[in-house]
Amino acid sequence: MPTDYRYDYSLRDPRLPQPVDRELENAPIPVDVRLAMYRKLQELRQFGKRAHDMFLQNLVKGTTHLSLGMEGVATGFGAAMRPGDYTFATYRGHAHALARGVDPGAALAELLGRENGVLGGKGGSMHLTDVAKGMMGSYAIIGAHLCIANGAAWSAQMRGTDQVAVAFFGDGTTNIGAFHEALNMAQVWRLPVVFVCENNLYMEYTPIDLVTAVEHPAAGRAVAYGMEPIIVDGNDPDAVYLVAARVLDRARRGEGPSLVEAITYRSGGHSRADPGKYRPPAEVEAWAGHDPIPLYHSRLLSVGVPEATLGKVQREVAEAIDAATEFAKAGREPGESTLLTEVYADGGSRWRN
Amino acid sequence: MAELSYREAVAHGIAQEMRRDPTLVMLGEDVAAAGGVFKTTVGLLDEFGPLRVRDTPISEQAIIGAAMGAAMTGIPVIAEIMFSDFLAVCWDMIANEIAKSRYMTNGQVSFPMVIRTANGGGARFGAQHSQSVENWAMMIPGLKVVAPSTPVDVVGLLAAAIRDPDPVVFFEHKSLMAAKGPVPDGDVVDTLGTARVIREGTDVTIAALALMVPRAFEAATRLEEAGIAAEVIDVRSLVPLDTQTILESVSKTGRLFTVEENPRVCGWGAEVVSIVDEEVFWDLDGPSIRITTPHIPLPAAAALEDMAIPAVNRIYETVLKSVDGPGGVG
Repeated sequence: MPTDYRYDYSLRDPRLPQPVDRELENAPIPVDVRLAMYRKLQELRQFGKRAHDMFLQNLVKGTTHLSLGMEGVATGFGAAMRPGDYTFATYRGHAHALARGVDPGAALAELLGRENGVLGGKGGSMHLTDVAKGMMGSYAIIGAHLCIANGAAWSAQMRGTDQVAVAFFGDGTTNIGAFHEALNMAQVWRLPVVFVCENNLYMEYTPIDLVTAVEHPAAGRAVAYGMEPIIVDGNDPDAVYLVAARVLDRARRGEGPSLVEAITYRSGGHSRADPGKYRPPAEVEAWAGHDPIPLYHSRLLSVGVPEATLGKVQREVAEAIDAATEFAKAGREPGESTLLTEVYADGGSRWRN
Repeated sequence: MAELSYREAVAHGIAQEMRRDPTLVMLGEDVAAAGGVFKTTVGLLDEFGPLRVRDTPISEQAIIGAAMGAAMTGIPVIAEIMFSDFLAVCWDMIANEIAKSRYMTNGQVSFPMVIRTANGGGARFGAQHSQSVENWAMMIPGLKVVAPSTPVDVVGLLAAAIRDPDPVVFFEHKSLMAAKGPVPDGDVVDTLGTARVIREGTDVTIAALALMVPRAFEAATRLEEAGIAAEVIDVRSLVPLDTQTILESVSKTGRLFTVEENPRVCGWGAEVVSIVDEEVFWDLDGPSIRITTPHIPLPAAAALEDMAIPAVNRIYETVLKSVDGPGGVG
């Protein structure tokens, strides 16, 4: 086994989280918004854990990319977005789908490949979509969806609405060409779009800093597209919420696109097959101490929410996730009748007469 | 009735549809102020303004992504990719995002959009600006694929493509741009998935697409002098594919020739031949024969390019030789 840090990334110096910003206790965020964010955080966490458990039980087939540890970003943005806004996510999209109100039962059923899944079992874990909720898709070949989000923003601009399109992506996406094409066009056309980089420090299995020319994969590129470099603690829902509210408002006022880099950390590996052993143990430990759930739990206690209230939220979410699990497991396998449907807008797949 | 060139027909067709639907927009490199590098969008900026006819950066992924995002949120779009070879730069958008998303989402999204692109050889541009790539698009489930050969078909099929709720890749042939033909006054709207018999015959069927159509027609005229009555079909649309028109013709004539500009391997004619083989094999009097560009990148030199792309004489000689031999029309 190599013992050189160049080949074993777990021997590198750990990259540690910034301390929690205590000033955020005084942020002008109504307590009902904070409680809703706490509930959403719990939902995303418990959903992710349940998806992981069901994978281990061999109920979730294929692959699955969880957001465990990263829920603060989807929570903060989800709370700041309006119902008509558009979300575009990657294969790591479960949290973003739930943050827009996608039913957890229908989402879990999709992971199980069941007929009652939100996509009827045809999309799977990497493509959660619910257009009625503004969840415009999870795109599993990274980069493309930034360009697609531009199109939705362009559409809103042409239709004269105040909708904003938000594209979420990982740090790895910042090195693909579509990222740069999208940022340039968004600025040239002053589109109401927000690009949100969830920088979890690793592009799949490789530390992002080893493959990126600048320290901050998103914020470090912002100036090239005439945008403000914005960096936020992605594990602090209040911090994310405040930034989200500001950039969404900017987009609604017609002032153009923004690029946000939210620093966060995966508590697990890249996908189901990855135990994440390439990370320095001290780094994993430090980020476990900066997990959004206990962080936000403490925040809410500090601003005067009783422990009992938070406990009640946690229990209610647990019941909802249990119910979602039962709903998903009760779903039937999709039948042959759906195999050839919805290739074309006539509902079928016929390509010749 | 006006006499329009193929290139004028493109702008004519787009204008017809932009007048009909005030939400229809178009975007692409040099399409607005410059009127397109092939001058196929001249006058559209003046009539419809910069919000509906937009110049873009050289960013094919951003162009097609913007078209996709707009289409899926209710704005019909025409996107231009300057040369069809450049589709490879944004093929993820077309083959993975646009073509698959309707199926993956179980029908939650639709893409009322047309991707127009200048296709094919004959302009001595060399390998990266000349290929016929209609077979690339044909093999992707979820796309529709159209390639007109005349000005009136440009207008009518473009209108049909724009009005279609599915994504359509619309191939305009570079070497047909100057070709002229009559276009009726008023709105012209055709139907996707309809081939057209442009010359009737009883001895052989020649199925051709785009630039190959006038060449097949001319070859058929010469074959007539040699005593062979060739039926010529302008396939017009690869998806949906009007196999009935082709099958009926082959059942009548007993012989099929395809004339394809795409490189041979996995060209559209291979699919047509396999369908004929499966469905009307017992009506055949001899093997189906594909006349194609060889499996090579296109060369730039005029002499070489002319050898590569099926020419009138190659079509004529191939048919003549095939029907003179065993299994011929006798």
